Amino acid sequence: MDHQSLLARITAQLPDALIESAEFRGDLSLVVRPERYLELARWLRDEPDLGYTFLENLCGVDYLGRDPRFEVVVHLVSMQHLHRVCLKLRLPEAEPHAPSLTALFPTANYQEREAYDLLGISFDGHPSLRRILLPDDWVGHPQRKDHPLVEEEIAFSFNQERIYAHKPFANE
Amino acid sequence: MTLQIPTPHEITEPAIAGTSDTMVLNMGPHHPSTHGVLRLVLELDGEVVVNVAPDIGFLHTGIEKTMESKTYQKAVVLTDRMDYLAPLSNNLAYALAVEKLLDVEIPERAQVIRVLLVELQRISSHLVWLGTHALDLAAMSVFLYAFREREQILDIFELVSGARLMTSYIRIGGLAYELPAEFLPTVDAFLQIMPARIDEYEALLTGNPLWLERTVGVGVIDGASAVALGLTGANLRATGVPYDVRKAMPYSGYESYDFEIPVGKAGDTYDRYRVRMAEMRQSVKIARQAWERLSQMGPGDYQTRDRKVAPPPKSEITQSMESLIHHFKLWTEGFKPPRGDAYVSIESPRGILGCYVVSDGGPKPWRVHFRAPSFINLQGLAQMAKGRLVADLVALTASLDPVLGEVDR
Repeated sequence: MDHQSLLARITAQLPDALIESAEFRGDLSLVVRPERYLELARWLRDEPDLGYTFLENLCGVDYLGRDPRFEVVVHLVSMQHLHRVCLKLRLPEAEPHAPSLTALFPTANYQEREAYDLLGISFDGHPSLRRILLPDDWVGHPQRKDHPLVEEEIAFSFNQERIYAHKPFANE
Repeated sequence: MTLQIPTPHEITEPAIAGTSDTMVLNMGPHHPSTHGVLRLVLELDGEVVVNVAPDIGFLHTGIEKTMESKTYQKAVVLTDRMDYLAPLSNNLAYALAVEKLLDVEIPERAQVIRVLLVELQRISSHLVWLGTHALDLAAMSVFLYAFREREQILDIFELVSGARLMTSYIRIGGLAYELPAEFLPTVDAFLQIMPARIDEYEALLTGNPLWLERTVGVGVIDGASAVALGLTGANLRATGVPYDVRKAMPYSGYESYDFEIPVGKAGDTYDRYRVRMAEMRQSVKIARQAWERLSQMGPGDYQTRDRKVAPPPKSEITQSMESLIHHFKLWTEGFKPPRGDAYVSIESPRGILGCYVVSDGGPKPWRVHFRAPSFINLQGLAQMAKGRLVADLVALTASLDPVLGEVDR
């Protein structure tokens, strides 16, 4: 399976699925229209002579200052052809949400939760979209570019009152 | 068949509301058999596990976020701290991804050294797994034997990099320094004794009836479910799926080494054990081939000659103005890969370790993401543990071989 023949197959099957495609350093990446995303992923997985059954990686990227601001990057692998393809989904700044791949690839579960937790991208249809690495009462999404890189101040008895006043549980 | 990946809330909430008849028990975060700071929320019916959900994030240190504020070369040290049992593998994944962005050629000799060190790293990581796995199942002596050999490997790492664990030896553009003269004889001595030592471990466990009782048929998962859940490494290969990145999409010249991919059949804890043991033997084989190449090659480059990426040697700086400028630019600003993104995956001891790097054309990475194998392998735990006893869960957690530093990053 080479990049060009895969691209030709996709454009024949789903002509309006792709916004653009690019080859960079020998890797093929496809920018997918959000409404065709699930359909394309399902077809890539189920078509017997393609067999992209393994979702290797899913992550979010924050391109602050660009419109659309967010991107979900998915790497699918065909174990049959030993070929990897990258799908990208561009999402707007306001309430970024993408269709969830969990129904097709259960392994997307944790990876989508991580993207939700750290970047604030919601995934529609995810069975349990909760924070995974940060505590449930955490405010904000630290992997975002407009989130400052600062240390959490450690609470001692002399400064505990001041620090706890800013915590989410302060009003409980 | 639906594959369930429960969250801790799905187990604790009915218990708090009082609507379930089962018992909820926390295993961890401070429990010796969870191999780090992992909290398992168990739903128990007597001693039978009805459901189990890992609660993770206790070691989250924001490594991916911190890397965005370092230059490419300085961020290497952070990669050591993810999978602390295999820092060289992490270094390699990150270095390969950035090198792909830069489109830089790495000298043959540096690649051979990389392969040799990463295979030693795989053996040392598997030795920790073997020792702790056996310790969890009350075979205490294996731990002492396994750590004896691991010590030798750590001594080799200390020899080349000055550090036993956080080596940061594989850098973007090649390696950090030249190898010391004692390197080849020390590695040779280790590779000579290792096959016999693996036989020793196998003599203790492989046919041991107590070991068989605790591992055969425990935590079975089939190949299709393992792929769907994203299990990789020995956990996937134990189910009979022969997928290894070193063969499938070779990197660092793995296509030129002669080795096999050990696979299992049943996908149970015993097969995962067999696969990892066989992998250690294959690693010795690869390391031996790399050792032979290295001894034939003699002295040579340990990093790229591209002066935009690797600093020029000191002798050149006193001779050439241009070298001085390159040196100054590299230490003050760092290099600037072109705009774009690159994804590279390698076969780390725990499975597929992927690294996705985005560059905005500046000297610091715009975004770095790691596909951490331990993190994703944990998704298979509930599927494997359902209907088994709590004692089996201990065997299972150990056989998945998670490293919590990598799970939480």
